[in-house]
Amino acid sequence: MTTLTDTATPLLTDPAPEGGAAGAASRPLVEVENLNVWFSDAHGRRSHVVHDVSVQIHAGECVAIIGESGSGKSVTARTLIGLTGPNSHVRADTATALGRDIQTLRDTDWRSIRGKDIGFILQDALVSLDPLRTVGAEIGESLRLHGVRDRAERAARVEQLLAEVGVPEPHLVAGQRPDQLSGGLRQRALIASAIANHPSLVVADEPTTALDVTVQAQVLDLLAQRKADGTAILLISHDFSVVGRLADRVLVMQGGWIVESGTAAEVLENPQHPYTRQLLDAVPSGHTKGEYLTEEGRARAAARATTAGTSQRTAPAGVGNPAEPKDEASQVPAVLSARGLTKSYRGPDGRDRTVVRDVSFDVHAGRTLGIVGESGSGKSTTASMALGFIAPDAGTVLLDGAPWSELSLAGRRSRRREVTVVYQDPLSSFDPRWSGERILTDALDAGTAPGVFASSRARRAHRQEQSERAAQLARLVGLTPEHLAKHPLRLSGGQRQRLSIARALAPEPKVVVLDEAVSALDVSVQAQVLDLLTELQETLGTTYLFISHDLGVIHHMSDEILVMKDGVAVEHGDADRVFEQPEHHYTQALLGSLQALSTTVR
Amino acid sequence: MSVTTETLTTAPAQPSSPEPVRRGRPVTSTAALIGKKVLGALFVIWAAASITFLIQSLLPGDRATLLLNQQTGQVQERSAEELAPINEQFGFDDPLLVQYVTFLGGLLRGDLGISYTLYQPVTTVIGDQIVPTLVLTFTALAVAWALAIVLLLLTARRAPWVSRIFSGLESAAAALPQYWLGIILLVVFSLWLGLFPVVSGSGTAGLVLPALTLGIPLAGFLAQVMRAEFERTMDEPFVLTARARGMSDGGVRLRHVLRHSLLPGLSLTGWAVGAQFSAAVIAENVFARPGLGRVLVTAVNGRDLPVVCGVVMLVALVYVITNLIVDTAYILVDPRLKEAA
Repeated sequence: MTTLTDTATPLLTDPAPEGGAAGAASRPLVEVENLNVWFSDAHGRRSHVVHDVSVQIHAGECVAIIGESGSGKSVTARTLIGLTGPNSHVRADTATALGRDIQTLRDTDWRSIRGKDIGFILQDALVSLDPLRTVGAEIGESLRLHGVRDRAERAARVEQLLAEVGVPEPHLVAGQRPDQLSGGLRQRALIASAIANHPSLVVADEPTTALDVTVQAQVLDLLAQRKADGTAILLISHDFSVVGRLADRVLVMQGGWIVESGTAAEVLENPQHPYTRQLLDAVPSGHTKGEYLTEEGRARAAARATTAGTSQRTAPAGVGNPAEPKDEASQVPAVLSARGLTKSYRGPDGRDRTVVRDVSFDVHAGRTLGIVGESGSGKSTTASMALGFIAPDAGTVLLDGAPWSELSLAGRRSRRREVTVVYQDPLSSFDPRWSGERILTDALDAGTAPGVFASSRARRAHRQEQSERAAQLARLVGLTPEHLAKHPLRLSGGQRQRLSIARALAPEPKVVVLDEAVSALDVSVQAQVLDLLTELQETLGTTYLFISHDLGVIHHMSDEILVMKDGVAVEHGDADRVFEQPEHHYTQALLGSLQALSTTVR
Repeated sequence: MSVTTETLTTAPAQPSSPEPVRRGRPVTSTAALIGKKVLGALFVIWAAASITFLIQSLLPGDRATLLLNQQTGQVQERSAEELAPINEQFGFDDPLLVQYVTFLGGLLRGDLGISYTLYQPVTTVIGDQIVPTLVLTFTALAVAWALAIVLLLLTARRAPWVSRIFSGLESAAAALPQYWLGIILLVVFSLWLGLFPVVSGSGTAGLVLPALTLGIPLAGFLAQVMRAEFERTMDEPFVLTARARGMSDGGVRLRHVLRHSLLPGLSLTGWAVGAQFSAAVIAENVFARPGLGRVLVTAVNGRDLPVVCGVVMLVALVYVITNLIVDTAYILVDPRLKEAA
């Protein structure tokens, strides 16, 4: 923490934008000098969440604040619209937006500014737009609050706005609710409601998070267009590729401090602060394949290599053993095989919708098969069939060469321990009343007959043994006995996911299915968890079926990749081949949007 | 020719539309939905009628004897000759199935039988008294909703001590027994302050205290179930979005958050209307109001089965109608439920 403070101080002054930006010479739209924000809790304790942040934004310029959860980036953004909440205290040497001192504004003043001069976009329009109202009503509200009284005029303007943000058939979309629209259309509607009165400043807090990569690119194009039209944008994000696409200047925040700032090119290509470098290193992609993403992961691998001494894997881990590729797929037996999996569901309109059509794959022992696809591509349904949770309409799943999907429920139960799963949100898959240890011992006992013990001493011995095994598992995933004593609710997101992985490993499974297992984690935590998975595979030879929408994560983790679209496996092959020479046009399009996003980074 | 039609149909497709506008959505027509609900309601009424009929005909004791004793005010065994004309008149000797069909037929024509004590058609007896009771019940319901909504808008998710105090008051109100509350209101406002008449009668002034007696405890219940949802909704991201559009705190509460908190209140209302009917019996007695409550008390005391059964049927009917309305209101409040239904 002290090093942070030290290095942060000289960087506090935000360098003026390079020439060329539209309003470089004019006064900036936003001028914030030494902003500090405190929150007080119910007991009156204050916590200092934003420290001496300074930022300037000119017209036609996009400034991005990048950081992980808890870095204070969203709070900083919300001070610009005066919505930090009733328990917050804001103080700054100067804080002006559009020429007004935001520290002296009263609520009525704010109401005339918000939505008119400053637009605000949040992530995930499914919850950021009122789910009970049509998007037309929501966009119309922005207009009504700022003087468009006439109903018919509002309706016309709403349609016009929807057309402006690239919504096809705006008259139809205006009458639909967020849950009736796809993620992309929904987010466009949210943007339309934020820019309805053509504000000169747009604050976008994670505007593309939770969107598929192709939709992400579209939304960023839309914001870039506003920027070109002279709108100033404050972009809040945790995602370097998003920032690299849109931002002119970047501020990196950690623990409430700005640790680095500069032009986007400077910060992303030549980061100075160790935290920025660590964050950039933590981003998984094809470049990081076979490497560890964190310093700790590299160190642990090096330590293992030294102790292993003369064992086969002598190459210092981290270089990914390019000279010693993993065994060819054909030589390793398939642990889990899917043949012609098909599943359809009866839609609410009474018609059958095929969500998975004729999907086949093999997962080989000690290797990783990645399934990638956008939302609704059928990848999770495929995972559920592999897990034996739902029965395929056609096709079959073989586990270790023996029938799996065709078994009766009871027949499958005795083999359940052989395929385990880690989900995106571990919290909802834990009994919140159980401690970490109980969760693990329960998993150790899973599938075995309930113990009948000859004596209470035998029972105690069994308990003792299980508890020791739980502690071992915890060590394996980097948790301490103190973590095990806690309830999952009191663990951090990364610790929960480690516990979840330990639980999946407890019955010594043949295959672990990872269904979006790292998608909800911050980039540095995600890197730690991915490193853990890599390490486990290296040391234990675990087999993974890795499902994700994130192309970088998939490329980093997988030996083989299956690309799914609309329930069909459109491409299947070696990971590097799929990424370097995609054959199917959908894969090409998908990778195209990824490249568009990541050109500035690396 | 076919080529032209094809170009015509494919050409207007927007080149800049990468996503379909509509996702597959069920096309359940509102009419079909309401039709289903009405059928269900009819079933409930038929079931209530059948149970009512069974109770009347299977209860121990000879109905003709009971009827004769009621009319003459005596309690004694009757001879077959004495009972014959009554059995003839009411059809007590017919096979049960015939009686059932006759009963259902009468029901369809709106005939609920003849009161044993008043010797009037049950429909007349009830019809004379139903209006004051319905007025009281629904006024109380309106009072409860108004109180609950005002309480929520003003006190939910304010400074912690404000929310806590009012939440506590709501629990206390919900726990108040109506007869006790009624007597307190009567003593304070009618006897001490003289603001309202002691004998309510059927006037508007006389409606205030009985409606409050029924409405205050219900308001406590309603506010409690809606408060939880209200406070949860205040934390939703769309509330922040609405504020960021320039909406006032009050505006957000009224136009966005309140609607979300209505659903649990509506569910409670479906149940509360039935409960209000029985509570109305108490209020009508305390405030000396005309209404079904007193008819029911008299009928139960005098073992006037047709009247009791008539009231039961009526309550079932009101209950069913209310729930139909509540179901429709559900869909109006949350259109997503239409697709789920």
